[in-house]
Amino acid sequence: MSTPPPLLQVERASVRYTLRGAGLLAPARTLDALSDVSIAIREGGRLGVVGESGSGKSTLARVVLGLVRAQAGRVAWEGRTVDYDDATAMRSLRREMQVVFQDPFGSLDPRMTAGQAVGEALQALAGPVASVAAQDRIRAALSEVGLAAAFANRYPHEMSGGQCQRVAIARAIVARPRLLVCDEAVSALDVSVQAQIVNLLHQLSERYQMSLLFISHNLAVVRHLCDEVAVLCQGRLVEQGSRAAIFGDPQAQYTRDLLAAVPEPDPALQRARIVAAHKALRASR
Amino acid sequence: MTAEPVLQVRNLGVNFSTSQGEVQAVSGVSFEVRAGECLAVVGESGSGKTQVLMACLGLLASNGAAGGSAQFAGQELIGANERALNRVRGTGIGLLSQDPLSSLTPHLRIETLLTEGLVDRGLATRAEAHERALQALAEVDIPQPEARLRQYPHELSGGMRQRVALAAALMCAPKLLFADEPTTALDVSVQARVLELLAGVRDRGVGVLIITHDLGVVAGLADRVAVMYAGRIVETATTDEMFFAPQHPYTAALLAAVPRLHGDDRSRLVGIPGDPPQPSARPPGCAFAPRCERAVAACGESRPELTQYTGRNQVGAAADESSIPIAVRGVPITAVACHRPLHSSAEYA
Repeated sequence: MSTPPPLLQVERASVRYTLRGAGLLAPARTLDALSDVSIAIREGGRLGVVGESGSGKSTLARVVLGLVRAQAGRVAWEGRTVDYDDATAMRSLRREMQVVFQDPFGSLDPRMTAGQAVGEALQALAGPVASVAAQDRIRAALSEVGLAAAFANRYPHEMSGGQCQRVAIARAIVARPRLLVCDEAVSALDVSVQAQIVNLLHQLSERYQMSLLFISHNLAVVRHLCDEVAVLCQGRLVEQGSRAAIFGDPQAQYTRDLLAAVPEPDPALQRARIVAAHKALRASR
Repeated sequence: MTAEPVLQVRNLGVNFSTSQGEVQAVSGVSFEVRAGECLAVVGESGSGKTQVLMACLGLLASNGAAGGSAQFAGQELIGANERALNRVRGTGIGLLSQDPLSSLTPHLRIETLLTEGLVDRGLATRAEAHERALQALAEVDIPQPEARLRQYPHELSGGMRQRVALAAALMCAPKLLFADEPTTALDVSVQARVLELLAGVRDRGVGVLIITHDLGVVAGLADRVAVMYAGRIVETATTDEMFFAPQHPYTAALLAAVPRLHGDDRSRLVGIPGDPPQPSARPPGCAFAPRCERAVAACGESRPELTQYTGRNQVGAAADESSIPIAVRGVPITAVACHRPLHSSAEYA
C-alpha cells in the first residue's frame, strides 16, 4: 500500500516581482522573492517557516493561499495540483484552507461585532446555515478560542489585541478547515497573551488534526509550537527538518547564525555568549 | 558601583483627559539611572512605559499631563518650559525610538539629520559638525560614511537606519540615552549588532534607559530592571535577581510565558490567563490580582506599596526606590509591590 500524499505540497515554487526602476526612465528591476522552494505538510502536521524579513516566508504563504501566483512550480492539495483560476474548486478549497494574519485590528471589519464576523465567515464558507444552527456554531467557535458568549456582541475597538486575534482565529476555524495558515499571527501580541494563543493553536491542531503552516520570525515560538521547521533565506530554502534536528543539530551555517543571534531570556547564557564572541574575535585577529 | 544618578524620577504620574474622562496612564513611578548603567523598563503594551519617557522629555500628547518630579543632572524636567526642555532634548538626553523610518525626517539628507542639532544650537560650525558626523557614523560601523551622508533615509536598510538614528541620538554627546523598543522592528541578526552598540554606549559612561518587552534584550544588556504593570512599577531588581529569583507573581509569570530556544522544549507555554486591564478600568487593589494565581481577598481590596527587601528579609517601605542602594554588604536588594511576594511562600522558607 502506498502512503497517502501529504495534505499540502509546494513543489519548486518561484515568484519574481517586477519593481519600478529607481528613476522615471530607469529600467524595471526584478526581485526573486521565492526561488525553487518546496515544502510539504502532512495531515495534522505543524510546519514552521522561519526567516528574516525579505526571506520570502510571507510570499510562500501567499502562494499557498492563491493571493500571489508562482511563475514556476506547483501547489498540490492531497496530491492534486491546485488550479487557482478554477472558481468552483477554489470555493471548496477555501473551506479547507484558512488564514490568520498578524494584525487583528486590520483583519476585522470595525463595523462588525465578533459574532457577525464569525457568522459572515460561516455563511461564506459553509453556505446558508439555518440561523439557530448558525448561532450555535458561532457560539461554539468563540468558546473554542476561549471567548465567553458575551463577546459575540463586542466590536473590535471594545476588545484587546489578544481578544481580537482570538476572534480572527474563531472566524478561521468556524468551518473546520484542515489547514490553517498563520502569517506572523502571534507577532504583534504581548508575551503573556502570545503564550495563550500559541497554546490555543496547539490545542486546536491536536483536537481536530488541523495542519498548521506557521510563518514567523520568532524562532522560539516555532520551537514550542511546530514539529517541522523550514528555514528560508533570501527566497531560498536553506534547511528543512524536524524540530529536534533544526534546533538541536542545525546543518546549515545560516540556521546556526540565526539561532545564535536570538537574545535568550537568560543572563548567564547571554554573558557566556558575549565571552565566546570576544574569544572568537581575539582568535580571528 | 555608586556612580551619580543622571536621572532621578520621583512619584511620576501621567494622566490623559479623554472623552471617557480622566485616564491615569502612569502613577507613583520612581527610579533612577546612574552614569554608565543600563536600566531596563519591562512591561506589556499599555503598561505606561513609553509615557514615562515622553513625560521626561515633555513630549506627551496634548491631552496628557505629568505630575511628580524627574530631575536630569539636577534640573527639573516636569513642568519645565519649552526653552529649557529644548536645551535638554538631544544635547542632554538622546532618544532612540522603535521605528527609524518615522524618527528620521524623510526629505532630509543623513548629513542634515545628524548635524542640525549641533549647528542650530550653535554648538559647532558646519565643518566641525560634518567631521563629527563622519566620526559618529564610523562609531556605529557604517561603511563609506562620506557617501552615506549624502543619502536619504529611504536609501538605507532597516538595520542601517536604526544605526544612523543611534548616531544622531549620540551626536550631541548626551549623558543619558532613552531607547524605546530599539530592536523590536529589526531582524535578529541586525538586532544583535544594535544591542552591542548600546552596550558600548553604556560602557563609555552614558546612562541608558531602555524600554522593551523582550526579556532576551534585558538579559544581555541591562544592569537593573524595573517591571511595570498597569502604569506602576511592581518590581525592581538587578537583572540576575529578576531572572533567577523573581518576587512579584507577574514577573514570574512573564518569565514562564516566554518561549525559549534552550532547555525544556515542552510544547506548551504557561500563558497568563486574561488580559492586562484597560487604563480606564483598572481594579482598585493590585492591578494584577484578577490574573494572579496567588491572589487572596486582600489583593483585590488594597493596593500594595513598593517594599524593599534584602535577601528574604523585609527592610521597610521603600518610599522612593532610588534610596535603595544596589547592594547592601553584598546582599542584593529587590523592591516589590505585592501582598504575597514569592519569597514569602513555603518554598523559600
